[in-house]
Amino acid sequence: MGRIVLDKLGKRFGVVEALRDLNLEIADAELIALLGPSGCGKTTTLLMLAGIYKPTSGQILFDGVAVNDLPPQDRHIGMVFQSYALYPHMTVFDNIAFPLRLLRRPVDEIQRRVLEAAALVQIEALMDRRPSQLSGGQQQRTALARALVKQPTLLLLDEPLSNLDAKLRVLMRAEIKHLQRRLGITTILVTHDQVEAMTMADRIAVLRDGLLQQVGTPDDLYYRPANTFVAGFIGSPPMNFIPAQVETTDGQVAFAAEGMRLPAAEWTAPHLARRRGGPVLVGVRPEDIRLSLVPGESAVQGRILDVEPLGRELVVAVTVGRQVVVAIAEHGFAGKPDQPVGMFVPPERIYVFDPTTESAIV
Amino acid sequence: MLLLFLGPFVLLTVLFFVMPAIITAFLALTNLDAAFQGTYVGLDNFRGLFADPLLPRVLLNTVVYVFFTLICFNTGLGLVLALLTTHIPDRVGTVFRAIWLLPRLTPMVVYGLLWLWFVDPTKYGMLNTARSWFGLAPLDLISASPWLVIVLVNGFIGASLGMVILTSAIKSVPEDYVRAARVDGASSLAIVRHVILPLIRWPLTFVLVNQTLALLTSYEYILLVTGGGPFYDTTVYALYVFRRAIQNGDYGYGAALAFILVVVGAVAALSYWRLLNFERMISAPKIEAD
Repeated sequence: MGRIVLDKLGKRFGVVEALRDLNLEIADAELIALLGPSGCGKTTTLLMLAGIYKPTSGQILFDGVAVNDLPPQDRHIGMVFQSYALYPHMTVFDNIAFPLRLLRRPVDEIQRRVLEAAALVQIEALMDRRPSQLSGGQQQRTALARALVKQPTLLLLDEPLSNLDAKLRVLMRAEIKHLQRRLGITTILVTHDQVEAMTMADRIAVLRDGLLQQVGTPDDLYYRPANTFVAGFIGSPPMNFIPAQVETTDGQVAFAAEGMRLPAAEWTAPHLARRRGGPVLVGVRPEDIRLSLVPGESAVQGRILDVEPLGRELVVAVTVGRQVVVAIAEHGFAGKPDQPVGMFVPPERIYVFDPTTESAIV
Repeated sequence: MLLLFLGPFVLLTVLFFVMPAIITAFLALTNLDAAFQGTYVGLDNFRGLFADPLLPRVLLNTVVYVFFTLICFNTGLGLVLALLTTHIPDRVGTVFRAIWLLPRLTPMVVYGLLWLWFVDPTKYGMLNTARSWFGLAPLDLISASPWLVIVLVNGFIGASLGMVILTSAIKSVPEDYVRAARVDGASSLAIVRHVILPLIRWPLTFVLVNQTLALLTSYEYILLVTGGGPFYDTTVYALYVFRRAIQNGDYGYGAALAFILVVVGAVAALSYWRLLNFERMISAPKIEAD
């Protein structure tokens, strides 16, 4: 079992508050990602889970037992470091065997379990090499094997893919996820890469400046972001935020901004009623915008600022008044810079935020 | 350009190492005495080395002195201090190391005198004052165990270089290795043994080699504390050179003794350089001058 509860967890370094009142429950066999920009407190949280940092407030519970004062060696955890931290003076075999040797397991058991762990990550052929003789991917696998050889109840991954090239990253992402499902180990993944978090995690906890912003499934975060930070952090290119005013004409609610008027979805009307005439922040994801080069077809007219081809799709920056809106167009879109373009945004795909609190309104 | 950068150091080396070595070699072939009178005697001085009845004792003293000071203090205690001061809060560690370094900044004679007062045989010595609190009789430590005092005097000051070098070596071990080892289940002692020591092997070897050579040529504190006595009982090789040449005025024979030490030092340094592959420890220059 590996059920983890973080209860009002906090960490201070002198006057700097790295993490404040983090409440989080992690189910057994779940893969949860701690996501946020650097300095958000995600690695601090991980190191507290590992027992390397001591919390200054709150509690960490493993299966209902407080482990705040438990040293790392008694926590049954495996950890993969961003740098992999493979001992350079030991072979791959010795690196993986190290945790078992410290437990003084019999030689034949060590031999068997090291080979098993190596087989899990397919590095059986590399056992006599030193870390310096391994590629980045092989080092990553060795680090994983070392973390798994103890059969930990909790696996901690600190930016495990950030040192791999793009191609290998996609491969390892799938492999780690598959391995985690197969072994059923509760896993906490720290990352600043939203794609990594979205593709690998069952749930994601988004952190910013030591404060938890939102916890939820990848879909929750993408479709129901709690605030502008989460909305802007998840998705690439990021969501467009357009300052607008709520207007009502003939019972129809719409958002009016410079050079555009976007009708709101009908079901949102009751939520927006008391904000009539007031300012809101309208969020639109680039992938939800449809561009049209046929004149007069759409309500919103703009001018193409730039087109970035990405192969399968194009990222198109459009100026509407003084606002720049980024949209994604499908392969084959023929627009060129300086050309007029029409934009269409489905009303149900519009996000609305409070401009002062930055929280989602609907 | 090359000359401009290297020049001052080449000049220093020539002036203070190469020239004295050459002069020593020439003096070794004479019977120069206290009155600075002497003639060419060929290899007589070197032949005399084999007939010197004091030399075996001096060589044994040197081995005892170098071995115990080196292992127990200059490397051993240096390593222990480096490990301890890197495992306590950083600021406390720095203060502690700074204090431990103070004797290095103190004139040798002052440091030597401090020790003499500490082990003074009368009841007024610091050690004996402390002993009197427990009702113990005054102890003449220098006469009772001169080697202990000599090793302590040299060791306490000698440990600081190893401490400084090994501290920076330990600090350069990436923190992730230590954290990984903790997560892997290692105790602090196991981390030192399995992670830190293997990773600071080169600096440790350097300290060992450098301090062996330094101790072989050092005699200042022994001269201050025991003067090499009683008789020649605590005279090490370098002190023997000093006593024969300067105190006895036997410059020719002293030069021959010194020349042997120069050769031993040079050969040892060069073979360490080759054997331990020191070049690996030196990083390539960032810029090169033509």
